[in-house]
Amino acid sequence: MEIFDLTIHELHEKLAAKEVSSVEATRAMLERIEAVDGQVNAYITVTPEQALVEAEAADRRIAAGDVAPLTGIPVGLKDIFITKGVRTTCGSRILENFVPPYDGTAVAKLKEQGAVIVGKLNQDEFAMGSSNESSYFGPVKNPWNLECTPGGSSGGSAAAIAARTATATLGTDTGGSIRQPASHCSCVGLKPTYGRVSRYGVIAYASSLDQVGPLTRDVTDAALLLGAVAGHDPKDSTSVNTPVPDYVAGLAAGVKGLKIGLPKQYFIEGLDPDVKRAMDEAIALYKSLGAELREVSLPHTEYAVATYYLIATAEASSNLARYDGVRFGHRAEDARGLKEMFAKTRAEGFGPEVKRRIMLGTYALSSGYYDAYYVKAQKVRTLIMQDFLNAFNEVDVLLTPIAPTPPFKIGEKLADPLQMYLSDIFTIPVNLAGTCGISIPAGFSAAGLPIGLQLIGKPFGEASILSTAYAFERETQWHLKKAPL
Amino acid sequence: MKYQVVIGLEVHTQLTTNTKIFCGCSTRFGAEPNSQTCPVCLGFPGALPVLNKQVVENAILAGLATNCSITQRNVFARKNYFYPDLPKGYQISQFDLPICQHGHLDIEVEGEKKRIGITRIHMEEDAGKLVHADIPGVDDSCVDLNRACTPLLEIVSEPDMRSPDEAIAYLKKLHQIVMYLGICDGNLEEGSFRCDANVSLMPVGSTVFGTRAELKNINSFKFIKQAIEYEIERQAEILDDGGKVIQETRLFDPNTGTTRSMRGKEEAHDYRYFPDPDLVPVLIPDQWIEDVRATLPELPEAKRARYVAELGLPEYDAEVLVSSRELAQYYEETVALFPQAKTVSNWVMGEVSRALNEDNNRSITDCPVTPALLADLLKLMEKGTISGKIAKTVFDEMYKSGKAPEKIVEEKGLVQVSDTGAIEAMVDEVLKNNPGQVEQYRGGKETVFGFFVGQVMRASKGKANPAVVNELLLKKLQA
Ligand SMILES: [Zn+2]
Repeated sequence: MEIFDLTIHELHEKLAAKEVSSVEATRAMLERIEAVDGQVNAYITVTPEQALVEAEAADRRIAAGDVAPLTGIPVGLKDIFITKGVRTTCGSRILENFVPPYDGTAVAKLKEQGAVIVGKLNQDEFAMGSSNESSYFGPVKNPWNLECTPGGSSGGSAAAIAARTATATLGTDTGGSIRQPASHCSCVGLKPTYGRVSRYGVIAYASSLDQVGPLTRDVTDAALLLGAVAGHDPKDSTSVNTPVPDYVAGLAAGVKGLKIGLPKQYFIEGLDPDVKRAMDEAIALYKSLGAELREVSLPHTEYAVATYYLIATAEASSNLARYDGVRFGHRAEDARGLKEMFAKTRAEGFGPEVKRRIMLGTYALSSGYYDAYYVKAQKVRTLIMQDFLNAFNEVDVLLTPIAPTPPFKIGEKLADPLQMYLSDIFTIPVNLAGTCGISIPAGFSAAGLPIGLQLIGKPFGEASILSTAYAFERETQWHLKKAPL
Repeated sequence: MKYQVVIGLEVHTQLTTNTKIFCGCSTRFGAEPNSQTCPVCLGFPGALPVLNKQVVENAILAGLATNCSITQRNVFARKNYFYPDLPKGYQISQFDLPICQHGHLDIEVEGEKKRIGITRIHMEEDAGKLVHADIPGVDDSCVDLNRACTPLLEIVSEPDMRSPDEAIAYLKKLHQIVMYLGICDGNLEEGSFRCDANVSLMPVGSTVFGTRAELKNINSFKFIKQAIEYEIERQAEILDDGGKVIQETRLFDPNTGTTRSMRGKEEAHDYRYFPDPDLVPVLIPDQWIEDVRATLPELPEAKRARYVAELGLPEYDAEVLVSSRELAQYYEETVALFPQAKTVSNWVMGEVSRALNEDNNRSITDCPVTPALLADLLKLMEKGTISGKIAKTVFDEMYKSGKAPEKIVEEKGLVQVSDTGAIEAMVDEVLKNNPGQVEQYRGGKETVFGFFVGQVMRASKGKANPAVVNELLLKKLQA
C-alpha cells in the first residue's frame, strides 16, 4: 500500500511511530498529484514549497512528541477557504489572482494541529453547481470514470480523495455540495449541523445554508476531521457554543435498537434501479445488525428544491455584490465611469451559472416580489424544519439515497439547469432544516459507478450519524475499493 | 402665508465607541486613509460581522432618553446597493424592526411647548468615503474605508415640525441629549451628527401633506435653517405658479444658501432589504434594559427642573446651566463645595463663561479655574477677606496662572481692610477734603453718600471692607 492510499488514522499511526515522516508523506502526495491530477483536474492551485515547509515543521513537532491526529497529514482545501498568502479563487475568474491577507478559522485550526496543506481544490464557481462544470478552471473528472462528473460543488475535494491526491479534504455544503460529490466519488462526506463549524474565512454562497465539512476515505477520518474544525468561533456569530464531543470515541456505539426512519417521499418511482437496489441492501444490513426500521413522512419535501433556489439565490445575489472590482480581484479595463466599471467587471468576472443565480436572487428580493418569493420561501423553510423535528420524535436517524442517479456524464445536464437542480433533491432539505447528514459509500451501479447512502441526524446529532455510518462501513467493503486511476 | 410647511428630520449620530460596529477596528477620526481597516470592514470574501454590544447599549440609552419603547427581538437587515465606498455592496442596517420606536421629545419655541414624535431609532454601519484629492499622478478617485463600519444611530422623527425654528429646536434638543448620554461627540462639522430634512408644503388648513424634497447631509444648525427656509420659498413659488413639486433629493450649497437637485425619484433604488443571515437576532431581555436604564444620566429637562425646585435658581439660570452636561457638572461640583446656588450661578454664567469665550471659546472641561478653585475664591469673598470687586481681579489672575486664590491675594496684597482704625482715618480724610459734599448731605441730599463710599474705596485701592466703610461714614456724617 502506498503512502497516499492511507487514511488519516493509518498515516497518523505511522507518523507517530516514526515509520514515515511527514515530508515523505507530503512528497508522495505531491508526486501523486503530479502523476494523476492532469487527468482529474481536482486542483486549482498546488502549493508544494509551502507544503514541504509545513511538513518539516510537523516532523519537528512529532520529534518533540507533540502529535495531534492531523499533525503531518497532507490535506487539500476546497478553493472556497480563505488561505493567507495562497491564491483563493472560489472557482471564479473574478478572484483568479486574489491572494487573501488572512486565514479563516477552519484553516487556522488545521494549521494549529500541524496539518500540511498541499493545495486548493477545484469547485463549481462560488459553489454554484451540482457537477463541477461551472468552474472557471475547467471541469473536474470523476476518477471512477473520467467521462463523468464528480458531482458538485465540492467536486475537487471528493475527486482528490478518490484519486488519492489528498489524505483528506475540506469542502462546503450549501445544498448537498459535500454529500453529493462524496457519493459520486465513493468517499465519506459529512455536512455538520448549521453552526457546528465556523464559516469565518469561507467565501459565502448562501450564508444561512453554507456549512463546512470533511471529505475522507472512511468514517473514522470524518470523525477526526470534524472534531478538528468544529466548535464555537467568536468571529462567526452564527456558530453555536455547544461542546464538541469526541466523535471518534463514540464510533463503536453500534445500531442495536437504533430507530432508523425511511422518509417515504425519498423512495419514489423513478429512482434509478441501481440506487434503489443499494438502498434495499443497506436497509437489510441495518435490520440484520439489530436496528429498527420504519417509514416516516417529511410531507413538505416536494417544495424543498424551489425553496432552496429562492433562499440560496437571494442570499447569493447580496453576498456576491462585493465583487465589484474596487478593492480586490478582477477589474475590467477601459471602463468609463463607475457604473460601467462595476458592470463590465462583473460581466467578465462571473460565469453563466453565477449570473443566472444572481439574477434569480435579485428578482426574488426586489420590491413587489419579496413577499411572494423570499418571505414565502422562508415560511416553507420553517415547515420543512418542522417536518424533520417531527420525524426525529419518532426515530433516531433517517436513511435516504443521496442522488436520484449514479454520476452522470460531463455535459449531459448542462443545457437543462432545472434537470441539474433536481439532482440535489435528496440533500437540499437537510440544509434548509439546518441539521446534519453524512454520505457513505454504499455500492456501485452496473456500470461501475459509485452510489452513496445518506444518514440524516438530529441537530447536533453528528455523533449518532457517524456511529450509524461506522456500523455499516465495518460490515461492507465499499470504502476500500479504489478508483481505476 | 398660504402654505403650511411640514418638516420631518432624519438624524445620523455617529457613536463614540472605541471600535467599529461589526469588527475590532478603531473608530478614531482623522487617521491615515485605510489604516483602520480589516477583512471585515473591507468586505473581504469570507469575513463575517460580529456585533459590538456597546452599540446596542448606546441605542437603548438613546431610546430611553427619547421616551421610546425598546424592541426586544432585533434583526439586522441588508440594504443592497452598489457604491465604491460601500465595501460589501450592502449596508447592514435595521429595517422593519428598529431597536427603538414610538418615542417623543418636547420642545419649546417662543414660549410655546410642543411634542415632536420619534418614529424610530435604528442601528447601522456607516460607509467609507470617496476622496477626489489632488494626488500627483492619480486621476482616479480614491476610497478611504476608515469610516466604513463605524456605528451610527439613525433617529427618525415624525413629520411634526411646522417651522424652521421648531426643526432647529428639536435638533438642538436631540443634540443636547446624545451629548448628555455621552454616546456621540456631537461634532457637526466632522459629520458625527448629521441631518437630512424632509420638507413639504401644504395649503394652510389642509391635512394632506404635499410632495416632499429631501435635503441631504447638512452640517450646521445655521445651514439647516437656511436650507429649510430656502426650500419653503422654492416650493411656494412652484405651487404659486401652479406647478408640482417633485419628490427628489436636494443638496444645500452653503455658498449660495440654495438647494439643488441631486437625483430624481426615477433613479430611486430598490434596496432589496432582507434579514442579514450572518447576524443572529439580538434578543434584549428586560434585565438588560433595566441595567442600561440604571446608567442613564440625569437629562437636561430633569436637571433644569431640579435646579429650580431644589436650588431655587431662576428658570433662566437653570436653562443656561444645563445647556451642556459639562457646564452643569462644573456648576454642580462648585455648588457642592460652596452651597450658595445663586452666587455660584452668577459666577459661572458671568466670569467663568466670559473668560472662556474670550479664550477662543475654550471648553469648560479645561477651564483653568476648577470648581474647587472657584469655590475657594467664593469662600474668601464670603469670609470678607476680599471684596466682590477684588474677587473678579483675583479670578482673572487665577484663570491666567491657575494659582490658588489665597496665594494670589497674599502675593498681591489684596486682603480686604476691615481694621476700623485704618478705615476711620481714611473716612476722616475724605470728609475733611470734601466739606461741600458734607454740607449737602447734612442738608438732606442723601444721594451724596455713594460719593463718599467711592472716595473711601478709592483711597483704600478697593481693599476696604464696604460694610465697615458704610458703618463708619454713617456714624461720622450723622454725628
Ligand atoms: Zn475592521
